[in-house]
Amino acid sequence: MKTMLALISNVLCRITGKNAAAQTVSELLIDLSEYVSLTSPVTPAMATTQRQPPKPPPVSTSAPQLVSVQADPLASPGAKVVISSRSFTSQATFDIKKCELHHLEEGPPDKAEMTREQGLQYYHSMQTMRRMELKADQLYKQKIIRGFCHLYDGQEACAMGIEGAINPTDHLITAYRAHAYTYTRGVSVKQILAELTGRKGGIAKGKGGSMHMYAPNFYGGNGIVGAQVPLGAGIALACQYQGNNQVCVTLYGDGAANQGQIFEAFNMAALWKLPCIFVCENNKYGMGTSVERASASTDYYKRGDYVPGIRVDGMDVLCVREATKFAADHCRAGKGPILMELQTYRYHGHSMSDPGVSYRTREEIQEVRSKSDPISMLKERMLSNNMASPEEFKEIDVEIRKHIDEAALFATSDPEPPLGELCNHIFANDVPIDVRGVNPWTILKSSS
Amino acid sequence: MASLSCFLRSGRTAVALVVRREFHRTAPVSVQVTVRDALNQAMDEELERDDRVFLLGEEVAQYDGAYKVSRGLWKKYGDKRIIDTPITEMGFAGIAVGSAMAGLRPICEFMTWNFSMQAIDQVINSAAKTYYMSAGRQNVPIVFRGPNGASAGVAAQHSQCFAAWYAHCPGLKVVSPWNAEDARGLLKAAIRDDNPVIFLENELMYGVPFEMSEESQSKDFTIPIGKAKVERQGSHITLVSHSRMVGHCLDAAAVLAKEGIECEVVNLRSIRPLDVETIETSVMKTNHLVTVEGGWPQFGVGAEICARIMEGPAFNYLDAPATRVTGVDIPMPYAKLLEDNSTPQIKDIIFSIKKTLNI
Repeated sequence: MKTMLALISNVLCRITGKNAAAQTVSELLIDLSEYVSLTSPVTPAMATTQRQPPKPPPVSTSAPQLVSVQADPLASPGAKVVISSRSFTSQATFDIKKCELHHLEEGPPDKAEMTREQGLQYYHSMQTMRRMELKADQLYKQKIIRGFCHLYDGQEACAMGIEGAINPTDHLITAYRAHAYTYTRGVSVKQILAELTGRKGGIAKGKGGSMHMYAPNFYGGNGIVGAQVPLGAGIALACQYQGNNQVCVTLYGDGAANQGQIFEAFNMAALWKLPCIFVCENNKYGMGTSVERASASTDYYKRGDYVPGIRVDGMDVLCVREATKFAADHCRAGKGPILMELQTYRYHGHSMSDPGVSYRTREEIQEVRSKSDPISMLKERMLSNNMASPEEFKEIDVEIRKHIDEAALFATSDPEPPLGELCNHIFANDVPIDVRGVNPWTILKSSS
Repeated sequence: MASLSCFLRSGRTAVALVVRREFHRTAPVSVQVTVRDALNQAMDEELERDDRVFLLGEEVAQYDGAYKVSRGLWKKYGDKRIIDTPITEMGFAGIAVGSAMAGLRPICEFMTWNFSMQAIDQVINSAAKTYYMSAGRQNVPIVFRGPNGASAGVAAQHSQCFAAWYAHCPGLKVVSPWNAEDARGLLKAAIRDDNPVIFLENELMYGVPFEMSEESQSKDFTIPIGKAKVERQGSHITLVSHSRMVGHCLDAAAVLAKEGIECEVVNLRSIRPLDVETIETSVMKTNHLVTVEGGWPQFGVGAEICARIMEGPAFNYLDAPATRVTGVDIPMPYAKLLEDNSTPQIKDIIFSIKKTLNI
């Protein structure tokens, strides 16, 4: 222990130019904090639209401990501090792809700041989404999940970036590729998987399934392509009507982008200046049809015509986050709707019944995986900027795997909803009613 | 002299008028109100009662409503609460449903129910099914309203009755008022209901005045959705109808009463839930059933009523098969002679009654 102390102190002396070595732990910490102050950039005030994603569980105590860096503005003053063999950069600025703009003088910045804590949170969430979707794939192949199952792996940066830029009090609605958004909007993996397996512990008690999961300020999960877009504009109308300064993020895909009702929604949103962020998740394929074969114009960010648009790198969580912040500020300032096209990619086919290789090559999929995977990109950024160690990421992965396995165990062992649930939830806040069953002698009960 | 007597006479009339007014305070006050005005007053009162209620649709604001049902509301409540929409049914119906999901209580007007077909996915898949799919997490407190069924000379695309279409779907409540009291009470109930309600009006009824009791003029007067009303007691045959055809049934009953045939006329008021009990009670009394509707026969409201009667206790009380009187199974023609013969007339109802009674 003393040797360790001496070792670190000597290194620090050399770096900071001090003459005397630290004799105690607290002196060492002071030296460390000096070192960090020398190396960290000035941290700006946090934007009010910044939402902290759910905190990851604490890292296990067996591995080398983390140093809570004093210069980190997010660390609470009384944070526990433990010795480590390494110190990490608390915050760094990253170059992000400049967004193409439509009817906008200025766009989101081309640099993004990320703290170590944020980075770990983003990594944790995205990896959770990834593993959750892969678990769903597994369960589907085992025939434990039935019907529709549209997987989101590859697109994690979109869900994480958006959630990282809005508040829990903002609203979000999407289409059927919704499991990841259900998670970022606050539903546990356990409840999501149990809904997929149709059990009573599912977020919709097993009555909705993959495409119909709901949570506070999250309106699904919608099965009819494009129908969610006018709904989202309506939610934005409610925000404006109630004067609560909230926005609604309304997502749709490149396939849905040609739906007439979307243009109807654009028109009314622009006319009435609704605080609606329209987001086109362009993953290059609408089921089996590539964007070139479906759309006369594939500049989805321009398709809003009079609605200003931004084209965003949807594989970079920071790019998505900065663009969403920009969009949310635009809406909250009363400037009306805005459109974001997130250029992203899905590794799976359209759904579990689509292998996903009849309309695109395996090479293409492999290339995206190796060059643009959102989780890998984040990890590499953090590693190359000394914001975390490979061991930490490994630990997070192990913990997530355990978490997903536990959730899957619940999802496969929880019972199905009882038959008595069959007719419930027809009407809200109503007296119980009789429901005709399969024959005239079968009268079933329905309560709210 | 003449002028003096004139003066005295006018003075006496004036005094009499004043005196009469005094007496009026103690007697019950019923007034004549058109269906249009009943709807207008109901919306006005509900808009005032609850800030979350608002109206949107084509021409509802500055035009005062295509059929003037929303006359004066925009002037009173302004742009925020009375919203003119572009001609984009699917879009604005979806917006209405979304706003209901996020805490508002919209009244979404379709200029006629024919145009709802543009938006039917939002009505069924977004509104009706959501409470069930979300296992009770998300309800949709919305009213869709507008004129339904045949009008006068508007031809095939503007004359369809949608009662059967919407009443087919679980998750919706479907109401079809006949008179001003129905219109007022059911619309208030619909707006206060936390579920999607399909409110089927009738253009030809808008201008018809009805006497409204004092009770029905109260600001909290509502009619329970799912309860029918027996408009006329009778012992020989039960007539079940909704909307404008209720009036035709009453007219037929008046004619037949002179021949000694007493018809019981049931005004459904609600199509879904259907008040089968009231129909059964009546059939068990009269032993004969005729249903009357303006819509097409196949898979219609009358078909459902007959099926339900067959499945229940009232079947054993029937002395003859039930009869359905319906619109003719064709798209609505334009020429007056043809149009008049496309929906049930009073003589058609009388004919069917007599056939059913074997007279």
